[in-house]
Amino acid sequence: MHELYGLLTGPLAWAAFFVFIGGSLYRLATMLILVHKKEKFIFTYMSWKYSFRSIFHWIIPFATTNWKKHPVLTIVTFAFHICLFLTPLFLLAHIVLWDEAWHISWWSLPDSLADMMTLVVVGACVFYLIRRISLPEVQYVTSASDYVILLIVAAPFVTGFIAYHQWLNYPLFLNLHILSGEIMLVAIPFTRLSHMIFSPFTRAYMGSEFGAVRHAKDW
Amino acid sequence: MTEAAKKETPKGLDQGIEVGASSLTGEKIEGVIKSVLDNETGARLKTYVDTCIHCGLCSEACHYYLSHDNDPRYSPVGKVKQTMWEMLRKKGKVSPEFIKKAAVISHTECNLCKRCAMYCPFGIDIAYIMSVVRRIIHRLGVTPLYIQDTAHSHAVTMNQMWVKGDEWPDTLQWQEEEAQDEIPCLRIPLDKEGADIMYSVIAPEPKFQAQLIYQAAVIMDVAGVNWTMPSGIGWDNSDMAMFTGDNELMGRIKRTHYETASRLKVKRIVMGECGHAFRSVYDMGNRWLGWREPPIPIVHAIDFYYELIKSGKIKIAKKYDQPVTLHDPCNVVRGGGLHEKARYVIRAICEELIEMHPNREHNYCCAAGGGVINCGPPYKMTRVHGNKIKAEQLFAAKAKGAKTLVTPCHNCHSGLEDIVHHYEVGLGLKFISDILYEVMEKP
Ligand code: SF4
Ligand code: SF4
Repeated sequence: MHELYGLLTGPLAWAAFFVFIGGSLYRLATMLILVHKKEKFIFTYMSWKYSFRSIFHWIIPFATTNWKKHPVLTIVTFAFHICLFLTPLFLLAHIVLWDEAWHISWWSLPDSLADMMTLVVVGACVFYLIRRISLPEVQYVTSASDYVILLIVAAPFVTGFIAYHQWLNYPLFLNLHILSGEIMLVAIPFTRLSHMIFSPFTRAYMGSEFGAVRHAKDW
Repeated sequence: MTEAAKKETPKGLDQGIEVGASSLTGEKIEGVIKSVLDNETGARLKTYVDTCIHCGLCSEACHYYLSHDNDPRYSPVGKVKQTMWEMLRKKGKVSPEFIKKAAVISHTECNLCKRCAMYCPFGIDIAYIMSVVRRIIHRLGVTPLYIQDTAHSHAVTMNQMWVKGDEWPDTLQWQEEEAQDEIPCLRIPLDKEGADIMYSVIAPEPKFQAQLIYQAAVIMDVAGVNWTMPSGIGWDNSDMAMFTGDNELMGRIKRTHYETASRLKVKRIVMGECGHAFRSVYDMGNRWLGWREPPIPIVHAIDFYYELIKSGKIKIAKKYDQPVTLHDPCNVVRGGGLHEKARYVIRAICEELIEMHPNREHNYCCAAGGGVINCGPPYKMTRVHGNKIKAEQLFAAKAKGAKTLVTPCHNCHSGLEDIVHHYEVGLGLKFISDILYEVMEKP
């Protein structure tokens, strides 16, 4: 177990971050090169003003018609994404690791709050799962990969929660936690989790077309 | 036509699709799909497909989905699943049966109205994906018969309705003479070089609705506009090739239109009350020809009436007294932002405007647009049943007192007519110019 821990926090952690950052840059670069090669006109239609006008509307809860139409989903989605980002970044246990390895540290979340936020992420995943199974319009376009993605996202939080509370077999769950976190990082650039990378661009493009050409709102 | 095609086909079957698909082979399908995907699409399609998280949030944007009691097959992403996802997943190895289905979905169950782009959190442009499907269908020769016929008409005559060379100036002369009964010195100036405005219309106007040309001539005359109409090709601003995915033909049509205006050395093109034509001249054709914006400013009728009324060139004698409701056409409102100007005009010429809900950018499409009505009688009920929600929306406006339904778009007009008739909504339909002509001060 200890050797595995060394492997997971050593070479595999390096590899995961490398693939995550490198893969994201790669996906981004290939997209931009493809635009340059085949749809250069897109650049000429991009507008900073209307890109941000659109992005801002969509990253504010209830600022768009569709967010208003789905209040529960909206609250869950925003809570989910906020907790998904902040919890791993500001978890004390993670910062301690950074500090030990690189002597860098930053502000951390109180553990009890981080605990709650973890539950929010897991709860949201359950919500998404139920939504996928029970709503016909979502079920219809669901494929196996959609469940896998959900699992990939939920796993680090579930295992982290168990490990933090030292339930069951602590070393095992700690290792599972690290492994699943690394899987998630690696999966981001190469699965539909890549919406994290691409969504600002698709939104910005539609925002630009609607703002500058169509003179209409896109929210 | 082949022997098989001459045989009686079951009701609802489309000869264009049936005959076209009968000569398809797996190899041909695969080749065309690959060629379109590899050579004609790029980052947009790829990013849209990769980014879509299958959340279904675009569903409620689509009138087909809402009108079919939330049947997921009609949701925007549901239509992508049944067409593009399959083509991508199977790398083009799909059957002729599949292609037939894809032709029906992309051509008759999506109006390319882009309402869903306002509902998807990522702004994924499903209308664009459907146009790529239509492009594949076009290159496979499986386009629905009626709309393909209009595309043929464009190719041969440079207008949508097989209007012959002499029929066009004849019609203009006829309308000029009619209008001279009312205003004796009225002219429809043909090929007047250096006029301020070239006025262009869609081919159904001279074919079926010549009174609209009459009304436009009266409006121009009373407002004292320095205008002209071309006597030869280039007068028709409509474009069905844009909807069949025949981009090359779309380019030819639009080039002819712009070149006619530039030959006449006009400052602007003013167009009649049509939505799809506006999209083609203002947004699509110019791009295909390499212009970021149209090479000559394009002014839609709404914008033009706004200008005439605001500047006092047209004065209103007595406002139209029936309460009206306004259907915002997708192509000029979601596509051109003319909603507030339309309201200014309506308020200037009508006593009362009763809003339908949703409205402006969020209005539901008429289900005729995007070439769907041009796919002809076999799909009339697809449109009508696919827009029950529109009937409900209209009934609600009627309940609030609306008597007349105004819409400044030809497609919307014909589509709404069918809906009003089928669901017995009981609203009268008018173009803005019908009312403007009626209520303006005339000499
Ligand atoms: S009809 Fe309009 S809302 Fe429906 S899928 Fe097509 S573009 Fe989207
Ligand atoms: S709303 Fe957007 S991301 Fe969600 S299913 Fe529709 S197209 Fe895909």
